[in-house]
Amino acid sequence: MDIHEYQAKKILSDFGVKIPTGGIVYSPENAENKAREIGGSKWVVKAQIHSGARGKAGGIIICNSPHEVALATEKLLGKKLVTNQTGEEGKIVNRIYIEEATDIKHELYLGLVFDRPSESIMVVASTEGGMSVEEISKDKPESIMRLKIDVAVGMRKFQARELAFGLGIETELISKATDTIRGCYRAFTDLDATMVEVNPLVISKQNEILALDCKMSFDNNALFRMNNIAELRDKSQENPNEVYASDRGMNYVSLNGNIGNIINGAGLAMASMDMIKLAGGEPANFLDVGGGATPEKIVKAFKLISMDTKVKVILVNIFAGINRCDWVAEGIVQALSKIEIKHPLVIRLAGTNVEKGNEILKKSNINYIEASTLEDAANKAVKALG
Amino acid sequence: MSIIIHKNTKILVQGFTGKIGSFHAEEMIKYGSNVVGGVTPGKGGITYLNLPVFNTVKEAVDQTGASTSILFVPPAFAADSVMEAADAGIKTCVAITDGIPSHDMVKIKRFMRRYQKDKKMGLVGPNCAGIISPGKSMLGIMPGHIYKEGKIGIVSRSGTLGYEAAQQLKDLEIGVSTSVGIGGDPINGSSFRDIIEKFENDDETIAVLMIGEIGGPQEVEAGQFAKENMSKPVIAYIAGLTAPKGRVMGHAGAIVSAYGESAIEKVELLKECGVTISKNPSVMGETVKKVLVENNLN
Repeated sequence: MDIHEYQAKKILSDFGVKIPTGGIVYSPENAENKAREIGGSKWVVKAQIHSGARGKAGGIIICNSPHEVALATEKLLGKKLVTNQTGEEGKIVNRIYIEEATDIKHELYLGLVFDRPSESIMVVASTEGGMSVEEISKDKPESIMRLKIDVAVGMRKFQARELAFGLGIETELISKATDTIRGCYRAFTDLDATMVEVNPLVISKQNEILALDCKMSFDNNALFRMNNIAELRDKSQENPNEVYASDRGMNYVSLNGNIGNIINGAGLAMASMDMIKLAGGEPANFLDVGGGATPEKIVKAFKLISMDTKVKVILVNIFAGINRCDWVAEGIVQALSKIEIKHPLVIRLAGTNVEKGNEILKKSNINYIEASTLEDAANKAVKALG
Repeated sequence: MSIIIHKNTKILVQGFTGKIGSFHAEEMIKYGSNVVGGVTPGKGGITYLNLPVFNTVKEAVDQTGASTSILFVPPAFAADSVMEAADAGIKTCVAITDGIPSHDMVKIKRFMRRYQKDKKMGLVGPNCAGIISPGKSMLGIMPGHIYKEGKIGIVSRSGTLGYEAAQQLKDLEIGVSTSVGIGGDPINGSSFRDIIEKFENDDETIAVLMIGEIGGPQEVEAGQFAKENMSKPVIAYIAGLTAPKGRVMGHAGAIVSAYGESAIEKVELLKECGVTISKNPSVMGETVKKVLVENNLN
């Protein structure tokens, strides 16, 4: 789960990391007042969407008067911002963050992630803040420092100090810098984050170390014990069909093609998408209905696919292990009695009780194309597009 | 022989009396697995499915001599149960549980390192289908009847895709020595490399089918291991050719975030290691058959 910049920065400040003074607003009037309240003579108006690269997309505006802050807010609110991370459809701006402008001396990069090869937590730091970590690794790879942390003892002070000195931070600021780095580490581990990225982490002309921008992602599997984090979810930043699916315990990813998929198991779902592509088609979605594909789940899956207007053909591919093909078939028959599907429907059942399943489908009056193998199913789905 | 589990392997079920645990324990017993008891803290002393229930894994190991456990404990408590198994001297623990937080997984992996090599537990999973040595023992949630006894080792992240492979092989009258599901989580117990090494050392297995997917470095690591250390042919299929970058595809670990993690890159890197690629998921069985013929192994 992703959260907004302002939420991430509030969390960092709870862990002792300094952030510029700022506040969230929902209207231009609100924004003007907030600017006055913050004080100073220069402000930054920042569109809050779940994406980086907002600056290049026009989502960050520097203003020299409270009136300008109001105008900038008006310009951004309700607008869809398209960045290189949002896809063409962009993301809607419903919240604006107003912040005092910072006099920047140095921009640094600090990130925390899981490192899959070493199965530990990795801190990544660079003197080249302000660009994306991909750009840094391409243009200035020599500036990148990586440090693996032993989770049993956590991040030691000397490790944070090594990083701080490595970043070229002046001696009198080292203790502030180590507190900042360790604060980020504690936020990462205490809150079940999967990513904490402070970019840029800046040293101001007033010699403060400040998190100017921050991205945080959290482990969905840990939200059950992180109520305060789960509350920060902003569904307006997610694809509505994906929200519908995740609220009902299904794994769904919206894609650009026109063959809708209902499949059990993530691996089989990816494999079926691959087969569709090889057969000359394009999948409209990834959908894993899970191991226990009960009739109720199948009904929900059909409802979800029928919400996607791109879909022209529906492909059902179920390999029944513990669940049985006859249950799945009953689910399909039930679903089609409740939801009207106008598109051609290709069904492939395999595994436990496959004969019984196919018999149930045949005896019902549903209109469908039967397929025997993965390949057969994909070919028939593409052919059904016409 | 098979790998990891054999006819007489003594199995404990952690989370035995829960709905899911008892359902699958019964299935395993029906298949012929040697389930010797279960662990449910607080229910020790009762008999369930005609088997003894224990409060702790240690007690269960002492009383039954079990070497292996399968875990159906809910995600919130699973990390603790895995560590308990490791501490009680269990040799192999299969964690079926889906949804264990990643921070718990790094702690589990760190905890398991405290034991010396000969006392160290092998963890398989989490979020996996488990292990089956057809005709001998089933330590998982797969449909046992689709696996024919034989000589191919299967190792797969995905459960259903592993079933697909077993069915394709069976249709071609090819059997399986052992099939291992290593699970779809970003940080997991045994890696592809760990399992194919066991297959290399198993005198019954003649070839290995590895079913991977996007995300993480493990498939390529296994390919490099195969290139340097394996005499037996390795066949691989990698799912997720059409998966978009940066999106999680069902499995928490199925996300492309670095070079070498997309399906196309993995396929190329595996080819360089001499691994035979099944070009699509529909021909996994045929590709295995072809390799067997080419190597005079059929």
